[in-house]
Amino acid sequence: MPVGCGNRETEGNTSVNAHPTKEALATEAAQLLQAITARSEPLKPKDRLKIPVQAMPAQDPTVRRGNIEEVACGYSPEQARLEALRCFQCKNAPCIEGCPVRIDIPAFVRAMAAGQIKQAIDIIKRNSLLPSVCGRVCPQEVQCQAPCTVGRTLKDVGQAVSIGRLERFAADWERAQGAPDIPPIKPSTGKKVAVIGSGPAGITVAADVRREGHAVTLFEAFHKPGGVMVYGIPEFRLPKLIVQKEIDTLTTMGVKLVTNFVVGRTRALQDLLDKDGFDAIFIGTGAGLPKFMNIAGENLVGVFSANEYLTRANLMRAYDFGHAQTPIFRSHKVAVLGGGNVAMDSARMAVRLGAEEVHLVYRRTEVEMPARVEEVAHAKEEGIVFHLLQNAKRILGNEQGCVTGMECLKYQLGEPDASGRRRPVEIPGSEFVMPVDTVIVAIGNESNPLIKQTTTGLETDKWGHITVDADGKTSLDRVYAGGDIVLGAATVILAMGEGRRAAASINRLLQK
Amino acid sequence: MYPILHKEQLSDDVVLMRLAAPLIAEERKPGQFVIVQLDSTYGERIPLTIADADTKEGSITIIFQVVGLTTQRLAALQKGGAIENLVGPLGRPTHIEKFGTVVCIGGGIGVAPLYPIVQGMQRAGNKVIIIMGARTKNLLILEERMRALADELIVCTDDGSYGRKALVTAPLKELCERNPKPNLAVAIGPPIMMKFCAETTRPFNVPTVVSLNTIMVDGTGMCGGCRVTVGGKTRFVCVDGPEFDGHQVDFDNMMKRLRAYKTQEDEARTQCRLDAEIEKRKGTPA
Repeated sequence: MPVGCGNRETEGNTSVNAHPTKEALATEAAQLLQAITARSEPLKPKDRLKIPVQAMPAQDPTVRRGNIEEVACGYSPEQARLEALRCFQCKNAPCIEGCPVRIDIPAFVRAMAAGQIKQAIDIIKRNSLLPSVCGRVCPQEVQCQAPCTVGRTLKDVGQAVSIGRLERFAADWERAQGAPDIPPIKPSTGKKVAVIGSGPAGITVAADVRREGHAVTLFEAFHKPGGVMVYGIPEFRLPKLIVQKEIDTLTTMGVKLVTNFVVGRTRALQDLLDKDGFDAIFIGTGAGLPKFMNIAGENLVGVFSANEYLTRANLMRAYDFGHAQTPIFRSHKVAVLGGGNVAMDSARMAVRLGAEEVHLVYRRTEVEMPARVEEVAHAKEEGIVFHLLQNAKRILGNEQGCVTGMECLKYQLGEPDASGRRRPVEIPGSEFVMPVDTVIVAIGNESNPLIKQTTTGLETDKWGHITVDADGKTSLDRVYAGGDIVLGAATVILAMGEGRRAAASINRLLQK
Repeated sequence: MYPILHKEQLSDDVVLMRLAAPLIAEERKPGQFVIVQLDSTYGERIPLTIADADTKEGSITIIFQVVGLTTQRLAALQKGGAIENLVGPLGRPTHIEKFGTVVCIGGGIGVAPLYPIVQGMQRAGNKVIIIMGARTKNLLILEERMRALADELIVCTDDGSYGRKALVTAPLKELCERNPKPNLAVAIGPPIMMKFCAETTRPFNVPTVVSLNTIMVDGTGMCGGCRVTVGGKTRFVCVDGPEFDGHQVDFDNMMKRLRAYKTQEDEARTQCRLDAEIEKRKGTPA
């Protein structure tokens, strides 16, 4: 497979809209940075506003359609410094308010602007345990970058300081230096904590609790740790090597990892406390139960949950034809239902697996799409056809029970609903058939019922999410929970925030 | 790693293995299954039912038929070898209580998962009648073990090479016609057999439990690949099953879904056989 972000144009690529190469962006940035650093007087806000937003170098869309490698390649050192120099260093720091884990953003950006990358990453890691992940997958445009004064001044959130890209740069820089610094670990307390689920919430709790000197066992149901970061988010958006490094850090810290262990089946939750001697438990099992549309034809051959499609492709490596033993459906024309990151991931994965046409069907407009802006842009660049204000009515099949098409309805936007988004209203008689052989349903997840089914006294709400108090504690003593199993399908950073809160509570409990 | 403690060829393409898995051995109940993956990097995850367990040895018994690439590779492993990943016990256990007379129907390899259910039903004080069926004599498994537990055992083969020449539905119908009729039927085997068992018991209103073995990836509710239509509703075999009311299951849809990857599976199996053949020929002088 072709790899990386090299200068594809010189290799004879003939894309019409010349895609800026990594090298071209780096050269341009180096020249501009030199001009700025040659100045004697300090930068004024109006000078900072003149520095152009540094574009993220990315693989050429025509090339990356055929490979699984990461799309965004990361800033050059000069780009990173230039982007950091765009920051006003506002006293009120609205960006910190926008960050779910309250990273001291102005401080780390200031360090970046001064070229002090080690200092920058140390500042980030005071609050975030997964900067190389969050720098890649956080929806920054609705978090830290939304209230950014630079973006506000330029009246465009897209022109805000690219905090996420800077975070990624700092984290990648640290990883390139070799093994990261292991946080100091306090002497052993003799207390044992079980962490269930090795996704973002579980990783965070494991690290925070281990630092206090408690023994931590991290249980994972799958054969590989990382949760949604390995089974859900594709390699082209989050390389699995990065997730593995985070897990390696945990095991170096002395966290014991147990895979192939389904709490609620391999062992009851209560038994971990009563028989196995754990002093506290954190449940971070995620939102693993795919939602379907409940329309006719949904159990036809060729209809998949995004979870299944992505798990086959990512965790089971079905993209690696000839090596992977897990089969994946051979699709020609694919429809993906949904407008979130998972929908974009599914559509873009289908392209990479060889589908000739991929259609994304969403019942609202692009403005309402919950996906990250960058993912939407990347999906379009890769040739995914967007069908907005449309939705599936039923899925059609042949005698063999295979999908042959999808009957859709057109919608228009009506009055705002409870979420504040304008409610899509169907247009009567607007039915039409989209001929497809595959339908991927990416409309979200419900909470996994396994632990609830097998644990008496564990309270959940009407959606099956585990109920927790302000400390992240569940209705059971010594049992805490966080992440998607509490929030419903959310983001890596919110799961991490929840994990930090629960870990602090567990550490307080065990101090007594 | 999960070591293979024992391996036994039960028939041409049916293999019994005992795998070291102390935690699963301790927790497993009748009706539950495991997911097996032979290697973490490229291996496929497949569900296999637990036929037995030995808590002293810390082992579980699996009995499987060579039908696809993974079972082919698994069957090639020997005692002393190991499989990389084994997770379970998964699925909801069989509902066992004293029903009265329970007729247990096992077809082909379906006799293996039936065995712990028969044990459970018998221990709960039920009168257990067993119907075992196979295409031909040498595909019958566990006959002696089943005979030891059964109040009545009926063996049939499709070709009449052993026992009664009949499909399992023939003796099942006769049992339903008895007075009193059975209080419960449990049928495990190929989908088509379970479908016709359910059709046989339906006019007699004999409640019929079937155990479904669908395509799965994670086995914990996450992927939804195992979904089936039961009573018009979508259910997940891994977390809602594997056992369902046979009178409510849409078997036709399930059988179509089982064939979803047939082309790829056939290609992979052929490739695997070719590779094995090439390996074999490398060893022999030209």
